[in-house]
Amino acid sequence: MDQAKFLPDASLAAWLAELSAARLVLAPRREGGAVVFKPYDPAVPLELTRDATVPPKGAVFPACEELMRYRRVKDPEKPGQPLLEVEESLPEGGVVVFGSRPCGARGFTVYDRVFDAGGLNDPYYAARRKATAFVTLACREAGSACFCHWVGSGPADPDGSDVLLTQVPGGYVVRAVTEKGAALVGSGLFSPADRREGEEAAAHAKARESLDDPRDLAPARQALLDAFDDMEFWSQLSAKCLSCGACTYLCPTCYCFNITDEAQGNEGARLRTWDNCMSFQFTLEASGHNPRPTKAHRLKNRVGHKFSYYPGLHGGAIACCGCGRCIRSCPVGVDIRQLVLAAVERAREKSHD
Amino acid sequence: MTSLPNPYLPDMATIVETVQETPNIKTFRVRLDSEARRKAFTFQPGQVGQLSVFGTGESTFVINSPPTRMDYLQFSVMRAGEVTAALHRLNAGDRIGVRAPLGNWFPYESMKGKDIVFIGGGIGMAPLRTLLLFMLDNRKDYGRIRLLYGARSPEDMAFKAELPEWLGRDDLETVLTIDREAPGWEHRVGLIPNVLREMAPPAGNAVAVTCGPPIMIKFTLQALKDLGFADGQIVTTLEKRMKCGVGLCGRCNIGEKYVCVDGPVFTYEQLKELPNEL
Ligand SMILES: Cc1cc2nc3c(=O)[nH]c(=O)nc-3n(C[C@H](O)[C@H](O)[C@H](O)COP(=O)(O)OP(=O)(O)OC[C@H]3O[C@@H](n4cnc5c(N)ncnc54)[C@H](O)[C@@H]3O)c2cc1C
Ligand code: SF4
Ligand code: SF4
Ligand code: FES
Repeated sequence: MDQAKFLPDASLAAWLAELSAARLVLAPRREGGAVVFKPYDPAVPLELTRDATVPPKGAVFPACEELMRYRRVKDPEKPGQPLLEVEESLPEGGVVVFGSRPCGARGFTVYDRVFDAGGLNDPYYAARRKATAFVTLACREAGSACFCHWVGSGPADPDGSDVLLTQVPGGYVVRAVTEKGAALVGSGLFSPADRREGEEAAAHAKARESLDDPRDLAPARQALLDAFDDMEFWSQLSAKCLSCGACTYLCPTCYCFNITDEAQGNEGARLRTWDNCMSFQFTLEASGHNPRPTKAHRLKNRVGHKFSYYPGLHGGAIACCGCGRCIRSCPVGVDIRQLVLAAVERAREKSHD
Repeated sequence: MTSLPNPYLPDMATIVETVQETPNIKTFRVRLDSEARRKAFTFQPGQVGQLSVFGTGESTFVINSPPTRMDYLQFSVMRAGEVTAALHRLNAGDRIGVRAPLGNWFPYESMKGKDIVFIGGGIGMAPLRTLLLFMLDNRKDYGRIRLLYGARSPEDMAFKAELPEWLGRDDLETVLTIDREAPGWEHRVGLIPNVLREMAPPAGNAVAVTCGPPIMIKFTLQALKDLGFADGQIVTTLEKRMKCGVGLCGRCNIGEKYVCVDGPVFTYEQLKELPNEL
């Protein structure tokens, strides 16, 4: 793509104003103890020093969205039997997600393989994805639960982003990653980065050094399948779990959803909402039979999907960006790294038996 | 934006006829409202549809009429929860949404030239009906066709209007059974797996197609094995709670397979390859 540019600290607000003029800009701010993405407001300070508690997944995959509206109208020929009018509610308008971290943007590459894969595609997802640009801020330092480098990512990973910002003394080195990104950095606010590219590389190297040695997760795919029927193993690992679902709702790579109707008299809407495989209801069949009756079965599915089934279906790609949100936010300290490593270790031990 | 059709958007359809099959199973014959869609619509025996009652929601049902009879699409619905209850309140002339066809289908091509044994329990007769009628409409392609259909009681037998015809055909061997003796019942009494053992269909050149409640399937598989049926000779359909029906909502997976797109039809050989999560 284009050469790197430089944006001085003093011009950041001007750039955000420029971006806001054309589209909705979502940016991270503090709300209580959490950092969340909200429509940018110059009067509210940005929070760019730590990763957002809630990832920006709602920008492309909202927690609740309307799929269609319906209306019952009188059939002039048969007054007793109303006609149905149904209309798609396809999303409109563009969004810039400003200041997410690489993991938050990369999460959508996991979704893309499922929702926007060519053959069958989800028009709601595809429309939002196309109309959303990610201006991502490279991490200066890894957080305690981060393991992005285990899953093939890293603190300056541009995958899924349109623009990558790196903090250097006095401002930001700005790199357009995609055409969409190039269009966002065309104004006179930017100058060529020149010698600052060295500072950018140094910042990336420093962030990389703050991470531990990556573990090899390639054996996890088979190891998790091998452990499938070992319910004692899963019961132990899930003993603490409360089935609260916080891990799934905060995860930038979880995409399960529900579809429900909401009626108001003769009209209403069909909605899609985030759903959560950690809940008992998720697979409960009308007969009362539940193929995943315990939290051990459900945790197994969550880990298995991310580190075994998804990689099996998508050329080895892991459905986890290593952001560590589920680890930091779990009320009882369930750590997905430990679950995967335990399965790998179990398989290693079995092979030595 | 995409030019592909929206996979969530149902076709509007009108119920042309209903049949109250049993106290809790009602059959709906529906026609797509759009003539263009009706003309373009094709499906394969075993595929399913999502029926919507707007304001209540969608649920999955097999299209139990065969593609050789396209006057209407037939769905038979057992009352189980909210959507099925809402469907049961509808009658001829009412409108519903239909998203179909979804999922895979019975391997009727590779079944050609073989003897077929249908074993259906309760509402599990619905998917079998599609394939049975399809095969009767292409009768010369198949060998001996046997049907074992069981329900708890005579009242619980669906497709009553068709049973005399099935019993009367000389190119179809039909056995009906109920769990316990009932006044006026002239057919077999006994659980499906036991009756199947007595019927003892030869496994040699046969395929068994079975669908019913999990407990019936479990013992039926055992009986089929004892009769010499290999895993690849047994075909069944799986039920999973479904929502999207198109492999996206993440609800119906068994390991890497999604019942809504890779199923609902599987051979028992395929099932054994899957992680154990039925
Ligand atoms: C491939 C396939 C083919 C099928 N073919 C047929 C067929 O031909 N005929 C047929 O009759 N059936 C068929 N079924 C079964 C049918 O899909 C279900 O019976 C139907 O979906 C039940 O829908 P419902 O809305 O009435 O039940 P629901 O109201 O959805 O629920 C039934 C039960 O599920 C639980 N539940 C549901 N939602 C929630 C929630 N949000 N929170 C808590 N609990 C909840 C409750 O226990 C409830 O009582 C098929 C299923 C599959 C997968
Ligand atoms: S956040 Fe923790 S306790 Fe809650 S469902 Fe996830 S693993 Fe279980
Ligand atoms: S599973 Fe945990 S670490 Fe992985 S992407 Fe989801 S929240 Fe982040
Ligand atoms: S029903 Fe949604 S993935 Fe199968």
